[in-house]
Amino acid sequence: MMGTLYTVHFWIFSALAIGAALAMVTRRNPVAAALWLVNVMFAIAALYVMFGAHFLGAAQVLVYAGAIMVVFVFVVMLLNLGEGDKSEERSMKVALGASMLSGVLAAELLYVIRAQPLADGALRDVPADALAPIADSLFTENLVAFEVTSVLLLVAVIGAVVLAKRGRVAGEVRS
Amino acid sequence: MIREALVVSAILFSIGVLGVLTRRNALILFMCVELMLNAVNLSFIALSRLHGVSGQVFVLFVMTVAAAEAAIGLAIVISVFRHYRTVDLGRIRLLRG
Repeated sequence: MMGTLYTVHFWIFSALAIGAALAMVTRRNPVAAALWLVNVMFAIAALYVMFGAHFLGAAQVLVYAGAIMVVFVFVVMLLNLGEGDKSEERSMKVALGASMLSGVLAAELLYVIRAQPLADGALRDVPADALAPIADSLFTENLVAFEVTSVLLLVAVIGAVVLAKRGRVAGEVRS
Repeated sequence: MIREALVVSAILFSIGVLGVLTRRNALILFMCVELMLNAVNLSFIALSRLHGVSGQVFVLFVMTVAAAEAAIGLAIVISVFRHYRTVDLGRIRLLRG
């Protein structure tokens, strides 16, 4: 499974994800940024599949690339931000400081990862029926969390409707 | 490959942090947050090869929370935009209009 072809594919999708993420962060136009983010999502979905998480790869494409990004693009269209915010000034100082901060964060994370004893020999095999263990765990030990998630989604739906309701800004609800 | 996947995840997370720190467009800021969530999900998935399936279950929950967060966050962006006519976070200074 860990052949040369696997490694080559892994690095192709990783490079795609990182390149698209960099492109997303630097785009001025929100629609372009959203499309680059879709690219990142697809590359990450491919990586999920490579790590044996086929169901989550499909869920990633459906939920992130399919649903969440459509909502983003929808809001961009709704607010008519297509041309991008020309006024978004970029101070060199802020960019430099932020790059340094995130660079330090990346260095710290890489240092921690380097220090971990992660042997590829200890990898578990992906079972032929990879979905059954997930469902088993989800509906037995994590059943309460699963049910709470449904309440969370209900709250999110109601909250979104209340917040985005036309004609009244959230702050004016009580007046 | 686990280590390499964790490295990719760390780099993606740092790019997300970079975006959150530099961008002032609220929508792109949200996208960067989604990118950070995805980076964490990638490390969960990679480590689930070592520690069993609970990592994948956790990713499922993270996806749900991300969906809820996107819905609420974008609703807030819409309602702020109605008030200020901009999504530039540099010009939105008051929570109470």
